[in-house]
Amino acid sequence: MKTLNRNTVILAAIGATAILSGCEAPPPESIQNGYRGLQMQTNYNPRLLEESLEANVPPEPIPAAAEGGPLAKDTYKNVQVLGDLTVNEFNRLMVALTNWVSPEEGCYYCHVSDGGFEDDGIYTKIASRKMLQMTQDTNANWKDHVADTGITCYTCHRGNPVPEYVWTTDPGPGQPTALAPTGQNIASATVAYASLPYDPFTPFLLESNDIRVIGDTVLPQGNRRSIKQAEWTYGLMMHISDALGVNCTYCHNSRSFYSWDQSTPQRTTAWYAIRHVRELNNDWVVPLTEILPESRKGPLGDVYKVYCTTCHQGAYKPLYGAPMVKDYPSLQGPIPEGGLAAKKAAEADAVADAEEAPPAQAKAEMPEAPAPEATADEAAAADEQAKAAEPEPAPEAAPAEEPAAADEQVKAEEPAPAPEAAAEEAAEPATADASAEAAEAEAKPAAEQPQQYPPRLQYPPPSMMRYPPAPLQYPPAPQSR
Amino acid sequence: MAMLSFERKYRVRGGTLLGGDLFDFWVGPFYVGFFGVSTIFFATLGTLLIIWGAAMGPTWDPWAINIAPPDLSYGLNMAPLTEGGLWQFITICAIGAFVSWALRQVEIARKLGMGLHVPFAFGFAILAYVTLVVIRPILMGGWGHGFPYGIFSHLDWVSNVGYQYLHFHYNPAHMLAITFFFTNALALALHGSLILSMTNPQKGEPVKTGEHENTFFRDFIGYSIGALGIHRLGLFLAINAAFWSAVCIVLSGPFWTRGWPEWWNWWLELPFWS
Repeated sequence: MKTLNRNTVILAAIGATAILSGCEAPPPESIQNGYRGLQMQTNYNPRLLEESLEANVPPEPIPAAAEGGPLAKDTYKNVQVLGDLTVNEFNRLMVALTNWVSPEEGCYYCHVSDGGFEDDGIYTKIASRKMLQMTQDTNANWKDHVADTGITCYTCHRGNPVPEYVWTTDPGPGQPTALAPTGQNIASATVAYASLPYDPFTPFLLESNDIRVIGDTVLPQGNRRSIKQAEWTYGLMMHISDALGVNCTYCHNSRSFYSWDQSTPQRTTAWYAIRHVRELNNDWVVPLTEILPESRKGPLGDVYKVYCTTCHQGAYKPLYGAPMVKDYPSLQGPIPEGGLAAKKAAEADAVADAEEAPPAQAKAEMPEAPAPEATADEAAAADEQAKAAEPEPAPEAAPAEEPAAADEQVKAEEPAPAPEAAAEEAAEPATADASAEAAEAEAKPAAEQPQQYPPRLQYPPPSMMRYPPAPLQYPPAPQSR
Repeated sequence: MAMLSFERKYRVRGGTLLGGDLFDFWVGPFYVGFFGVSTIFFATLGTLLIIWGAAMGPTWDPWAINIAPPDLSYGLNMAPLTEGGLWQFITICAIGAFVSWALRQVEIARKLGMGLHVPFAFGFAILAYVTLVVIRPILMGGWGHGFPYGIFSHLDWVSNVGYQYLHFHYNPAHMLAITFFFTNALALALHGSLILSMTNPQKGEPVKTGEHENTFFRDFIGYSIGALGIHRLGLFLAINAAFWSAVCIVLSGPFWTRGWPEWWNWWLELPFWS
């Protein structure tokens, strides 16, 4: 008995040590993201946060170039994208770019050493030209995702010729198995080490499969999507959480994942982000397939592609929101005729004028648009959204899906300009504005949907508890805390 | 309520922990004692505070009434009554009532010369509650980490806390707790049905006793834990369920901030198969 007791104690001690050694020390750093007691919050381990902060510091900007001087296209040959920059600004950008992308390899990583700088005979030059255009396009047209913080080459590259975090379609482990390949059930880093499908990127960040699988009715009435499909969605969500160093409650109130009016404004950004990344992959990265060598491709011959970690690298905003692109106006958008000076003048004019077209244009092309704002008290965000959406009626109408309130809305005013778009996208709820909601409610019966019987009970029922407006606290940049 | 003839024999003086003879009396069938009084006090005050909070709140829908803890910005300080202070007082009342109830069990057990197994077992339920609203909030540095008092709202709390760690089912202590809860239900079902089967024999048969119970299980699974053993097992399963529940939540946050699936990387990193 005595031996037994001693052995038990020793075993228990070993067990306790094993458990504790895998753990962290209290207290963590918590950031409240919703109503008190709701536990929408982000938890950081201070030690790991410190490491992450140190790993995500942008380099010092190069001093601004002297103004004036000849244009690059008049001085150098074969300058296709940056030709309207002054020579000074052009060279400054080239130096910065070299520091960001190939600090060890230098200029000749992208230029032919004995062919002159204009020589296009090296694939890296073609690629970097495309990437420059991609960066400009992102900063100009995807402000819903990157805001005015913007991106530079450094956001992804961090001093590496190939960004450290990229993905290719994963054919799965090669072990023989009696089971048909499932695409899941290994502890994969891509889904935060869960057993979920380990390549949610191909279906969602390259192809545009439906991410939303959740039903919007209390009872199973017509939603034919399966738990298997939900696992792919969860795989993508796990990746997003892991890439941003946050958890599910950063965007969602888990009591109702699909409901936009219970989600945080960050979910809107994430909605755009997914579309943005999809476009990055399809419009900018995949077209490079022909010129890139095998060493830049995965086992199935597809090129290294972009996902959330590529830029975010564990931070909820890449580089914790350091506004790098403000120091590099040449990357803020396609350079207009006349260079940056002309751009500056145009901007001054535009303050008086109406809104710029490009952001709205980009959104109008998208098949569906999300709820522009999640909570009424986000005045700033709401403003921005409203402005962006104004010139184009379509995105405004499409998000206006409020299934729960549909009945109450039917009576309301005349349809908004794009009722068809709204009717097709029956899955996008929003608290947006009442007229758009009405448009949707009216458009729905017109879309020849078969009569539902018994009547569909929408979730959440209108009487269900809504929390009073939360004192939403955006996580401040950790370094400012 | 009339007292049975033999009950008087057990209504003896003494055994109190506090108050001496002052509260050493019965009301109807109930023993009072100092801790009976304090239980009534805390339970009534706490309930009234909840009703007051509901009156100040936006709804009387019993599902939706929500007494929430303070914002995290209050840290471990007191908060204004309408912004979480009420939650803090109700928490004090709840702990006062629960602990009083346990100590009342102790007094009765002492009176009867019994062991203290009942308050010991109840103590694990109190431990689980105190872990949720006191120990873990203190370890994490804010009362705002406690769960709100409300039917839906506490479920939302559970759901969101789970999703803070991405996939709570990977929490090893949560796995143990669930296993103990289920096994506990299994053991109770087997025990309850066995006892009832002995006292409700087939037509024309006499009521059976312990030997039949043992024989049934020996025939069935080759082993009978015995009349006393099943209760040891039941208590073991029950208190472990509560204990590991407390462990699984106190680990989440104070001792682990990442997704629970990632915790298992120690397994992937073990040298001889990685």
